[in-house]
Amino acid sequence: MSVIYILLSVSIIVAIIFFVAFIVAVRKGQFDDSYTPSVRMLFEDELVEDQSKSTMKTTKIK
Amino acid sequence: MKNNTCFHCGDDCDRQSITFQEKSFCCNGCKTVFEIFNENDLTCYYDLQNSPGAIPEEIEGKYDFLSQENIIEKLTEFRDGSIEIATLYIPHIHCSSCIWILENLNKLNPNISDSQVNFGKKTVRVTYNSETTNLKSVVLLLSSIGYEPYISLDDFKSGKQQINRSLIYKLGIAAFGFGNIMFLSFPEYFEVDEFWLEQYKPFFRWLMFAMSLPIVFYSAQDYFISAYKGLRARLLNIDVPIALGVSVLFIRSTIEIMFDIGSGFFDSLAGLIFFLLVGKFFQQKTYDFLSFERDYKSYFPIAITKIDKDGDENSIQVYDIEKGDRILIRNEELIPVDGILINGKAKIDYSFVTGESQTVTKHSGDKLFAGGKQTNGVIEMEALKSVEQSYLTQLWSNDVFNKNKEDGFTNITNTISKHFTITLLTIAVLATTFWLFADASKAMNVFTAVLIIACPCAIALSAPFTFGNLLRIFGKQKFYIKNASVIEQLAQINTIIFDKTGTITSNKDSNAEYDGAILSDSENIVLKNSLRGSNHPLSRTLYHILKENNIVTLDAFEEHIGKGIEAKHAAINLKIGSASFVGNPDTSTVLNTTVHVSSNNVYKGKFTFYNSYRKGVSKLFNQLKQQFDLVILSGDNEGEFENLKKLLPTKTKLIFNQKPEDKLEYIKYHQSEGAKVLMIGDGLNDAGALAQSDVGIAISEDVNVFSPACDAILDATKFEELFSYINASKSAIKIIKWSFVLSFFYNVIGLYFAVTGQLEPVVAAILMPLSSISIVVFTTIATNLLGRKLK
Repeated sequence: MSVIYILLSVSIIVAIIFFVAFIVAVRKGQFDDSYTPSVRMLFEDELVEDQSKSTMKTTKIK
Repeated sequence: MKNNTCFHCGDDCDRQSITFQEKSFCCNGCKTVFEIFNENDLTCYYDLQNSPGAIPEEIEGKYDFLSQENIIEKLTEFRDGSIEIATLYIPHIHCSSCIWILENLNKLNPNISDSQVNFGKKTVRVTYNSETTNLKSVVLLLSSIGYEPYISLDDFKSGKQQINRSLIYKLGIAAFGFGNIMFLSFPEYFEVDEFWLEQYKPFFRWLMFAMSLPIVFYSAQDYFISAYKGLRARLLNIDVPIALGVSVLFIRSTIEIMFDIGSGFFDSLAGLIFFLLVGKFFQQKTYDFLSFERDYKSYFPIAITKIDKDGDENSIQVYDIEKGDRILIRNEELIPVDGILINGKAKIDYSFVTGESQTVTKHSGDKLFAGGKQTNGVIEMEALKSVEQSYLTQLWSNDVFNKNKEDGFTNITNTISKHFTITLLTIAVLATTFWLFADASKAMNVFTAVLIIACPCAIALSAPFTFGNLLRIFGKQKFYIKNASVIEQLAQINTIIFDKTGTITSNKDSNAEYDGAILSDSENIVLKNSLRGSNHPLSRTLYHILKENNIVTLDAFEEHIGKGIEAKHAAINLKIGSASFVGNPDTSTVLNTTVHVSSNNVYKGKFTFYNSYRKGVSKLFNQLKQQFDLVILSGDNEGEFENLKKLLPTKTKLIFNQKPEDKLEYIKYHQSEGAKVLMIGDGLNDAGALAQSDVGIAISEDVNVFSPACDAILDATKFEELFSYINASKSAIKIIKWSFVLSFFYNVIGLYFAVTGQLEPVVAAILMPLSSISIVVFTTIATNLLGRKLK
């Protein structure tokens, strides 16, 4: 057996893994809405800040 | 005051502002929403965007139908045990604050476990616990924070829509195959007699063959299907030479590697299909938030309140309304069936139907038509017909609504493809015959090479990229087009038909003229100030028309719903409102809307409202008259005839008193005489005409809210640009013709190699992507230049 077969099969397997990932992503609807996730991503900070604020407030009251 | 706009919704607080926590609000509704957010630590909403909110509407009783089991069943997409999922369309979604607040709904109602916004479609998908809460309370919660969902009869269809993702799959597979085949065929391009390469050549080749299989049989299947359909209909559409090229490429390549003749053209094959699919994908510009297929169902409510014999109120489905049923229409509700008014003061807004925004007053015993919106308290009516048989909805039984406009229209690519295919086959046959005598061994080689190299990839790409790009440019200019073939049809128009009300007139700005005894300065001040306190649409219009005056505090102010306003300041006691309210002796009926004024019980005069024509109507018509036949087709009476005659070029035809069917027939008749008709309208009464015309454009003041089924939606503010849009469409056709010339040039080069029998895989692999890419670059640059001219 030549090493080229191993190399080729590895490269093709890697390519197929990515390909399957793509199919799964489409199937899950990740390509249906290409705008909202880009905005949603930016909100994670706001949520954390918001929670910390509220906890601070409650501790003050107590 | 430093800031006079509402902290929540950004409206002017000029009338009465409420101050809360050092922030001004235009009304109690906005303040309440702020309070809700404030209590729940959600004021971040206001940090993301300035004044993002909407004023919450009165909704009492409006959503009672949502507690009905069969309606919940239809509106939810998933129901199992305690979990329910519903997707609601919310027109107000417009900024990042909206996404943020709607995805934090669980903080306002802990029974909502998840809410996800789709910004493009303006929908929110809410998952909630149906044991502790229900759909109605979710909808009420959304309404109370100013995000009222829009639920119409359209949502009532059974069966969930399947999203068609096949093009993305096909494109993905083609891209995967294209990339990998390119890698695998790279060594062979250089034809070095290297030991390792020689040894593994067959393996590489069969691997490429394996990868090309899904591309040919899955990704390219649409081209084969379309070519087959075309041939059966005796049409040589562009897919015929494409399918021919693809099959020849595949068969020849397979034979080549089978008998070890050469490496085949798998790389070109994959590239060709990949580029073609990219073109298709690019052309598929869709506006998720717009619908071009709407009929009356999108505007009609799902359920309505029925009063049975005992006087009980029940929600029933609109389809279940029978002749003779008594139904209750609340303020701001749509009348779903034709009927007779029994009780209450009806002020009907028929703007959905006719585009005319001024309300019509009806008395008990008067006939009411489906599609009108009640704007003044509660009324009771008796149904005369069922939903489908009403005057307005009957229009949809016309055949024209089942016809697909794209059928029977030969687009520019298919027109050229006929000649192209015949020429191509002639060249192939001639070259093969020549080689049969010169060197018979090469004949088959040449025949296939001609078909391969001439495969009209570049031609097939010209139109998708030009139109796709133009669709985007138009979209940025607020001219939303359904699909590419509409641009082609727009370029061929020779007759333009306009609706009058709501199309060339504007609903937004009205003019008012005062007629009567002159008001004194102090009376004017009181008038202006009393209008300030009123919420009635006419008061607001009149308030903005009147000159600025000092702000004074009124001594007394009272608004009589449905009648008028009474206000007192110093020695002046002013009454503003309907003729009977102010004590107008003149009872003659006038067609136009009026507001009467009396001071200290002495009748002063009246303000008469006129629709104003859109800005630039006259200019637009003068631009258009050079190239097009212009017609005004109006459902109204001839009251405006003289006005229009002055405003528009003399050769414009003016036709009045047209029923919806008449408009449709008029267009049909002119089409049968060879006219290519562009219809521009706005109301549901134009729906038939819009569907019958070659291109139907709906004018819309607010693209999110209303437009009947059409081919394109034009934002009202861009109305005067219409001429330049038509010209741009014509230029787009010119761009496509030039890119055809360019691709013929490539074909000639390619054919030289093919006919002389020297087509190497590497030549094809260079020439095919090169021609495709240069066409894409050319059309994109040309259309962008075109777009720049539009601004």
